[in-house]
Amino acid sequence: MKDKFKRIFKGGLGQLTIPIIAIVLLVIFNLIRDPSFFSIGISHNNDGNIVLAGNLISIINGASELAILAMGMTLVTAACGGQDISVGAAAAIAGSAFVKILKASSAITWPTVIAAFLFACVVAMLFGTFNGTLVSVFKIQPMIATLILYTCGRSIAYWINGGATPTVSSPIINALGSFIPGIPVPTPVIIVIVVALVFKLVFQLTSLELFTQSVGINGSAARLNGINSTFIKLLSFIILGVCVAVAGCIGVSRLGLINHETLLLDVEMDAILAVAIGGNNLGGGKFKISGSIIGAYVIQMLTITLYAMKVSSTDVKAYKAIVIIILVVIGSPVIKSKFEKLTRKLRSNKQRVPAKGAE
Amino acid sequence: MQDNALLQMRKINKVFPGVKALSEVDFTLRKGEIHALMGENGAGKSTLIKVLTGVYQMDGGEITVDGEKIVIRSPQDAQNNGISTVYQEITLCPNLTVAENMYIGREENVFVRRRYYEKKADKILTELGIPARSTQQLGSCSLAVQQMVAIARAVDMKCKVLILDEPTSSLDDKEVNLLFNLMRDLKSQGVGIIFVTHFLEQVYEVCDRITVLRNGELVGEYLTEELPQVELVAKMIGKDLDELSNLGEMEEKTEVDSEVFYEAQSLSSSDALPFDFKIHKGEVNGFTGLLGSGRSESVRAIFGADKVTGGHVRIKGEDVKITRPIDAMKHGIGYLAEDRKRDGIIADLSVRENIILALQVMKGFFKPISRSEAEAFADEYIDVLNIKTASRETPIGSLSGGNQQKVILARWLLTHPDYLILDEPTRGIDVGTKLEIQKLVLKLAEEGVSVTFISSEVEEMLRTCSRLIVMRDRHIVGELKGADLNQAQVMKTIAGGESENEG
Repeated sequence: MKDKFKRIFKGGLGQLTIPIIAIVLLVIFNLIRDPSFFSIGISHNNDGNIVLAGNLISIINGASELAILAMGMTLVTAACGGQDISVGAAAAIAGSAFVKILKASSAITWPTVIAAFLFACVVAMLFGTFNGTLVSVFKIQPMIATLILYTCGRSIAYWINGGATPTVSSPIINALGSFIPGIPVPTPVIIVIVVALVFKLVFQLTSLELFTQSVGINGSAARLNGINSTFIKLLSFIILGVCVAVAGCIGVSRLGLINHETLLLDVEMDAILAVAIGGNNLGGGKFKISGSIIGAYVIQMLTITLYAMKVSSTDVKAYKAIVIIILVVIGSPVIKSKFEKLTRKLRSNKQRVPAKGAE
Repeated sequence: MQDNALLQMRKINKVFPGVKALSEVDFTLRKGEIHALMGENGAGKSTLIKVLTGVYQMDGGEITVDGEKIVIRSPQDAQNNGISTVYQEITLCPNLTVAENMYIGREENVFVRRRYYEKKADKILTELGIPARSTQQLGSCSLAVQQMVAIARAVDMKCKVLILDEPTSSLDDKEVNLLFNLMRDLKSQGVGIIFVTHFLEQVYEVCDRITVLRNGELVGEYLTEELPQVELVAKMIGKDLDELSNLGEMEEKTEVDSEVFYEAQSLSSSDALPFDFKIHKGEVNGFTGLLGSGRSESVRAIFGADKVTGGHVRIKGEDVKITRPIDAMKHGIGYLAEDRKRDGIIADLSVRENIILALQVMKGFFKPISRSEAEAFADEYIDVLNIKTASRETPIGSLSGGNQQKVILARWLLTHPDYLILDEPTRGIDVGTKLEIQKLVLKLAEEGVSVTFISSEVEEMLRTCSRLIVMRDRHIVGELKGADLNQAQVMKTIAGGESENEG
């Protein structure tokens, strides 16, 4: 443990530097603008539960789907050197499948919800397999391969429930989308933590991380070391499929209905952005899931900050773009190497000063 | 100031995180001399060159050209100061003409006057005796001529210092001679040439002086005629030469009569024609032949690296099917690929991750090697193979070529293979590491491991192999062992014609 701290201290935060600095700057900016911005209150919701409330909570809560998608997207990016732009559409399909099962069952109970969720997972994994097969077997560029589902995904979602936007009202769905009675933390936040832990567990119990990085960095060498790169790429899409299903179900549970046109609309670009802000190379290779999670919160905090500053929702995108350009440029290799040189200079100056004093 | 010194580098220091790559290195190049820069991989040769060409910034020291102190911050600065470099890999554009390649990026006028440049180019080409026309596509020239065009480009930029970084590694003897003639020509015009190479004979053929580096430090500067080849090697590896000769004496490589470990009948792949092959337990054999003779393709077929299209394979007498690398690995076969950069290293991953990779794949997806276990493995092999790295967490890409190769070797040794295929393990590697690898091969054989060893240096193969399979035009044309294992016989078989071993 001590060693680990030492390593972090010595080597810096590495690829996490930019996202962490971004989040710290956003926090400081908000504190100066409005010292009470991050105050967390305790209030009662409609069901009479005691729940946490405040901007901070709504940021963390609101970023849940994005954070989950960003985790899966990181894996696809690392293995395939490209991104899946169909996650929003696929989430709409998964959400529709989720609702379809709930509607078909006579009463919404925990078992039916779980069954519906599992069905959504299977559906999303199938679509992930479709994308993954195009990429890994037919060697189509990920963005082109997933363009197909991006284009037709919401139509498929529309067909599943026969064109309607059915609502599901049930205390269980409500609990999944907002708060479980007795727990003051929003349920989506808990789900993010669970997904992150599952990822950590998978990395610990399998060689997924090493194999994915090897395939992403040098596919030819990975193959000659016996790694089945087709399988690894396919697997990354299937895992992303699970993430898509989870995000889709959260989205449905929040509103209590499925709207195939608007559910997680444009989330794919934010997810890719979260991966990039997290310091991951969009060309594949080494990756850090934690970076992408922080990236997702940076994006959400930025959005909420802008809303709090009374920026109209149509203008938000433009302001967001400005901040993101700055972040991406700071994270670019050119600026990074300049910065490294500067710190090295500063460090060697520091070392020289005491030496002079000793003379 | 020394006698007609053209370029002086004084007390050059260069530090990389955790490694001192150069410490207080001096280097002097005089007008009209060819100066060899020698050293093992990791000795600091390429770092010194990169400091000189502005790729790296030095951390201390002074560079003077014609007695004037200069500061080099970028390759552009280096060129402006008359320092030009021709790299091992051709950095020109094969789809442009010779003239375009010579003037690209430095047109004097925005309106490119094609004829004007072609005339200029032709003039220089004839002056230097380079057999190429200015209107020819560069890609249609031989590698040697392409290299010469790169040199012509440098000459035309009025370079005073010409750096040739391993220019001969992909050239045949005739082409090397052409290049040497050009070098001598430039030398007589007063250009100072820095020549970096691994081929000792070539150094003695063209160089006037030799500067030797070792471990980032200057060993010394010598006149070529005053430094016998054996001593040069000793200075480069800094060891007693007894070890060198020892290896030569271990020659009693008796033929192995142990059981056959691997046997293939008319094995073929998408890239290799059907061939028969077998190897005994504890035997070291080699595939030899010119580049493109099919030696690499054949061993790749054994490992299942290319699509296997036919043949019968038996391991320890049992029929097995090897169609993918993982099949071969499961049967105890390891394969160190010819192209280290493309097929060997995972550049951004650490030395530790690179070492455990193959073992991890064999153990399977669901049985990851724990961090502490992996660290122990890495430490063990860094120690055993004497891998020079800042730490086990250093990305392998930042190691020198020889050390990268050792890491890949470690990767396969860790899997404890019964049969190890080493395709050009010593290419582009310093003498010291070469010897270490050859010794390692012999030691493995003693322990009962079968080894197939491929090298383009016949000397090296004669020293390690007890049986040589000779290939020509993608066919096996002979098998040499015992008394036939000598250079003359090998050459004769490769060249073909009256080979007695055929048929």
